Amino acid sequence: MMAYRFHWSVIPKDLPELSRGLHITLEITVVALIAGFCLGVLLTLCRLSRSRPLAAFARAYVTAFRAVPLLVVLLGFFLVAPQLLQTLLHLPASTDIRRVSALIAFSLFEAAYYAEIIRAGINSVPVGQNQAALALGMTPLQGMLRIVLPQALRAVVPLLLTQAIILFQDTSLVYVIGLGDFFTIASNVGARDGTTVELILFAGACYFVACTVMSAVVQRLHRRLGVATDSMTL
Amino acid sequence: MSYRWDWAVFVQPVATGEPTTYLGWIAAGLEATVGIALAGWIVALVIGTAMGIVRTLPGRWLYACSATYVAVFRNIPLIVQFFIWFWAVPELLPGHLGTAIKHMPPTESAALASVVCLGLFTSARVCEQVRAGLQALPAGQWAAGLSLGLSRFQTYRYVLLPVAARNLVPPLTSEFLNIVKNSSVASTIGVLELTAQAQRMIDYTSRSYESFLAIVVGYALLTGIIMFVGRRIERSVRLSFGSDGR
Repeated sequence: MMAYRFHWSVIPKDLPELSRGLHITLEITVVALIAGFCLGVLLTLCRLSRSRPLAAFARAYVTAFRAVPLLVVLLGFFLVAPQLLQTLLHLPASTDIRRVSALIAFSLFEAAYYAEIIRAGINSVPVGQNQAALALGMTPLQGMLRIVLPQALRAVVPLLLTQAIILFQDTSLVYVIGLGDFFTIASNVGARDGTTVELILFAGACYFVACTVMSAVVQRLHRRLGVATDSMTL
Repeated sequence: MSYRWDWAVFVQPVATGEPTTYLGWIAAGLEATVGIALAGWIVALVIGTAMGIVRTLPGRWLYACSATYVAVFRNIPLIVQFFIWFWAVPELLPGHLGTAIKHMPPTESAALASVVCLGLFTSARVCEQVRAGLQALPAGQWAAGLSLGLSRFQTYRYVLLPVAARNLVPPLTSEFLNIVKNSSVASTIGVLELTAQAQRMIDYTSRSYESFLAIVVGYALLTGIIMFVGRRIERSVRLSFGSDGR
């Protein structure tokens, strides 16, 4: 049997298609990062609030999303929720439901993970900070928003960015709903042209380089911020 | 929105003519999920522990090799790794080995690829947990072992690892939860695990809500059991004079 003969020369002509996929990958990453972060802060505030129902809701939300695989969440939003989404958001019939459901699924899913990270950050802020805020006459909410949360967020920046790198990798799971992200396009083009091996390896190499560079940047930032995130319990 | 639930669909015989019900499909999927997760976990635990120890040994080359190992498995998305193991590796393996894998029935080669993929992916994460566990031990433990005349191997075997292992139960429990959740990606290369079986059920019955709830309940059940067992192990190995092993 002959060893496998690579046809790397096919890659350049596939680049325009791949770059369209990359666009989707980045779109999902950025939207889910921003929406997930905002929702995550809200969830954390709910979880730490004195209102029992709000705290219970936030707790149940985080537990539920962490118990189910992301792939299942994506499928769920795609299979189960399209009609619901269409009626709720008044989307025109021409909207690509896969894109919308992926954006929503990723945002909601990431929110649960960001909430846990932010909560760990808040727990790492010394209690005295909150007490000092209250002693100065701030309300508990003011103390949280102006004193505790900024310090907590600063402390967890590296963790939030690491989670963002994981999110960037996880966007490739939209393969299961047939949305054309970078990986899905690579895989489809490979299947179409009989160059699956080359395209999958190429995609893997691209992710590897991108994530290695991003991790290195995060690590440098981590050192520069000089915060001890290792001692936090997640 | 009104939706007419139809739970009886689970006890209906499947449309493919197999002698089973849709509940049987889900049960078979649950079994496959547990099977590949457990098999992958054994691979992950053995390789991950070994690599984790290597990462704490002195020596620049050992460190560079183990760090590269972790980086490769961490920086490539899991689904891409699944595709590489399933589609690319059999082509690249030399001679007979590649041919043998290509001649396996697709369900078997997909299961094999899944176990290898999940096992190695998780081993990189276990490696980092083991390393963190060993490095968290006070330096005095290491010094105490050596000063008692133990060799480096014996210090690891009788002092460092037994203490670190106790502290590793909670992080390893959560890695085991991750491998179970990650096994859902095996559905993309054709393994009929829980997620794939439910998708198949949707295709044949178009009862998406019921099928979807079945997967959620399945994963929630597994999560519950794993967390329960993890806590029991944690409690039974805890040292009486303090949980941090100092």
